[in-house]
Amino acid sequence: MCAPEVSGHAIRLEAEYGVPTVGVHADVFSRLVDSVVRVNGMPNARRAYVPTPVLNKTPDELREYVEGADPTTGRPFMDVVLDSLTRPLADDDLRGVGFDRSTPRFVEPDSEENLQLAFRRQRWTDFLPIVLPTEERVEAMLAATSRRPDEVVGRMRPTGYRELWEYTVEKVAVNAVMAGADPAYFPVILALASTGITARQSSTSSMANLVVVNGPIRNEIMMNSGLGALGPYNHANATIGRAYGLLSQNVQGGSVPGESYMGAQGNNFGYNSVTFAENEEASPWDPYHVQQGFDRDESTVTTLYVWGNNWTEGLRSTWQEKMKAMLGGQDPYLGCILVLDPIVAREFHQLGFTTKEKLIEWVHHNVRIPASRYWETFSMRNLMKEVAAQGVEPYAGYLRAGPDDLIPSFELDRINVFVVGGSSNGQWSSFNGRPLDPRFRNNPTDPVTVSIEPWR
Amino acid sequence: MTDKLRVLNPIGYAPTITARGLAPSLDALDGKTIFLVDIGWENCDVFADQLQRWFAARHPEVRTRVAKWKDQHQPDPELSDQIRTEGDAAILGVGL
Repeated sequence: MCAPEVSGHAIRLEAEYGVPTVGVHADVFSRLVDSVVRVNGMPNARRAYVPTPVLNKTPDELREYVEGADPTTGRPFMDVVLDSLTRPLADDDLRGVGFDRSTPRFVEPDSEENLQLAFRRQRWTDFLPIVLPTEERVEAMLAATSRRPDEVVGRMRPTGYRELWEYTVEKVAVNAVMAGADPAYFPVILALASTGITARQSSTSSMANLVVVNGPIRNEIMMNSGLGALGPYNHANATIGRAYGLLSQNVQGGSVPGESYMGAQGNNFGYNSVTFAENEEASPWDPYHVQQGFDRDESTVTTLYVWGNNWTEGLRSTWQEKMKAMLGGQDPYLGCILVLDPIVAREFHQLGFTTKEKLIEWVHHNVRIPASRYWETFSMRNLMKEVAAQGVEPYAGYLRAGPDDLIPSFELDRINVFVVGGSSNGQWSSFNGRPLDPRFRNNPTDPVTVSIEPWR
Repeated sequence: MTDKLRVLNPIGYAPTITARGLAPSLDALDGKTIFLVDIGWENCDVFADQLQRWFAARHPEVRTRVAKWKDQHQPDPELSDQIRTEGDAAILGVGL
């Protein structure tokens, strides 16, 4: 999705370069664009719309868009464009519109039934019942951390060119209560919030999150890393993930379809962000946080983005062929996250993959697809081709490759491995997913794995 | 009568929004140069090309130049400077 970017760049051209600029968008984004230009202080920004979709349309079809009507107004598209460039401006146009929005600490008191309804109507929930955040419950949550209630935890937004909203320890506690979390889980939830990585990203691709907890806190709060760890069978797994989603949509100022959420289909993983603990005790390998440079005795939480997953079973004699086919069908940009039951991890270990890194290197070197298919995938074409065009390797080399040349589907930093499960059978899955592209983090160096210890 | 509960608001703190004004409009189109900027998303180059063809056919008095934004996710100060110095207006798209 690039409608927010188009709006932001057009606004900068207007305000900072003095160039009258029309932002053109597909009409499905009209409410989102209205919202983006308003929070960028230029509600009357010049804009015009063509029908959706633009992707996969022929030149003749796009010419019809140019000669046709702006679907949001019914007026000829080019009339809208040219009128907006030449129309006399009003005082409001020249000044723009700035404003402040305050957030009251309390909601107007009401009955439990009415408050549940009010929270739902405000879109402060995931449309499942919540635990109402009374002062007593929020205070109990706050007692589980040494941090002050008014300390700022971070800033978050649903996508670039929207404003970053700020949130405190108390705001995170309110959302943790709503999710039904026990106070003992609060340091994990605070650490997640501190990443500034939203679990309500507005991408049309409908991404969700995958959250993994490592270190001693897994057992302290009785998280599940065994049988059914990825299912609805553990209070900590369930509510930590739900709290992450609720706090994201609320502290960033909303996640409203059509306005601040544009996922074409949405993602059911969003209900609890696929939250689990790694089964460090049964794994033959270093746990994920040790791979990332943390001490084994330090507790951490990691948040990755995921789109979907692909299930399979065991390492039979054809595992290499199956893995190449299975992973080779996934989108290269989105990466792959191998989530292995301990039985499968040990089978890999016995085959000589004595570290996760060796398995990651095997995937990198052996899962290859033709360059033509690599560059035709939606994400590579729209998010990496411009990087390749700037000469950044290895993508520049992949762009020079012939259409039938086989190139690695995944770079090393887009392959991740976790061990989880109760060994009732040797089953595993591959999620299409990866750490958030550094280009899209609040700061490119912000980590996706953070220590929980400072939030106790 | 049902007891009323007092609960906390879960919403974060919004930043202050600073007003930003539009650039002055063009007084006329005749003789002006309009940059048609391809933001880089799939098919946006084709759309910019069709815009250019439309101007050539319907408004030959307007000069158009197709340009490519370097990285859709980042500002492009080089191109922005070029548009300011060599152009009069811009059409940027497509937001998809």
